[in-house]
Amino acid sequence: MRSLHVSAMVNGDPVEFICDPGEPLLDVLRNRLGLTGAKEGCGTGDCGACSVTVNGRLVCSCLVLGAEVDGAEISTIEGMADNEELHPLQRAFIDGAAFQCGVCTPGILVAAKALLEKNPEPTDEEVRFWLAGNLCRCTGYDKIIAAVQVAAAEMRGA
Amino acid sequence: MKYMSAQSAKAASEALVKEPGNARVLAGGTDLLVQMNSGNLKVDLVVDIKKIPGIRDIAAKAGGWRIGAAVAGAELGEHAGVCAMWPGVVEAAGLIGSTQVQGRCTMVGNLCNGSPAGDSVPALVAADAVVRIEGPDGSRDCPVLDIPAGPGKTTLAKGEIITSVLLPARPAGSADAYLRFIPRTEMDIAVASAAVSLTVDSDGTVTAARVALGAVAPKVVLVEDAAKAIIGSKLDDAALAALSKACESACNPIDDKRGTVAFRTSTAGVLARRAALIAYERAGEAK
Repeated sequence: MRSLHVSAMVNGDPVEFICDPGEPLLDVLRNRLGLTGAKEGCGTGDCGACSVTVNGRLVCSCLVLGAEVDGAEISTIEGMADNEELHPLQRAFIDGAAFQCGVCTPGILVAAKALLEKNPEPTDEEVRFWLAGNLCRCTGYDKIIAAVQVAAAEMRGA
Repeated sequence: MKYMSAQSAKAASEALVKEPGNARVLAGGTDLLVQMNSGNLKVDLVVDIKKIPGIRDIAAKAGGWRIGAAVAGAELGEHAGVCAMWPGVVEAAGLIGSTQVQGRCTMVGNLCNGSPAGDSVPALVAADAVVRIEGPDGSRDCPVLDIPAGPGKTTLAKGEIITSVLLPARPAGSADAYLRFIPRTEMDIAVASAAVSLTVDSDGTVTAARVALGAVAPKVVLVEDAAKAIIGSKLDDAALAALSKACESACNPIDDKRGTVAFRTSTAGVLARRAALIAYERAGEAK
């Protein structure tokens, strides 16, 4: 097994890392770059807890190889707040108690942000459909959907 | 394991031929990485094809569309031209996995994974789509129907890779549709599925049709008798009943906890009937 040298942008910062050829991006983020916000729930693309964007596209980082992202731009939950200023989605999740154990939360926030960039005024059904790949075993989803709508309204300036 | 990012289809093919161990092509990775991560598949070489020039492009081709092998489901769904001409193919590809999976998954990957339940495969077969293959002996074209060889198997030879799929041009008054049955509301594997592509003339008579079924046999089934049942009709009840019956006769499904033989067979007939009606309505709008 030969290690590979990879250069990429993560949350706007240039990063370089060495990884194994078969090493998932999720493991690179967590174990090599210290970005432990993305979680491994399943490792097979079913739960969405490892959601990040690669070149603007929402993906499961467990189903991307670190080797593949050479030259790519990656955004993770760590890049969501503007320094101390939380993103409206983050505030809405806290204010609306839209999480309990929190393992799914980073992935859901990253996914919801991608949704609102594409569709600033989604229906509840559209939010549920978009987040169908993010599993939460605590909340029953209602508070998550409500929090996304609160943030969406705030971001629209309503 | 080795990772290689191929800069050309020729280089990818050569690397696959040279590898004595288990070599796999990587595009979206939404099947391959699942198998690797779960420890079910030991891979010696992964050849990433996404850097091959043109392989992520959707290009107009002789009145139809050539879709690169690495075009993701989400990218396909955002392409107005393909959505207008082949709505059934787009809706089938859009059913593969979650939003996250859509960011990576490809129709060609869905085809080469070899699952009898792959959602985009029946739609591609109904569309009479043709794949472009690059291999050690140069390039060749092959109908999508002839690629699957059974569960997890394709007819591709060692060193052959699919670089694109061509959705052909079609006359005015044409459309397609895809439906599947799953036990949940989202994100599941088809228990039975049906794709119908058809053309209607100015008075609403079906002049051409192709009907394909998924998940009801070891590989996708093209049901010519079902097409014959609706060609020349305006999808009256008798024609639709004959279509369903032809589809049921073409089923050879497995029996498992997700669906019995009888359920899959009957469902395939119902889905084909409903897909035909959706395609017919769309074709009316496309006149």
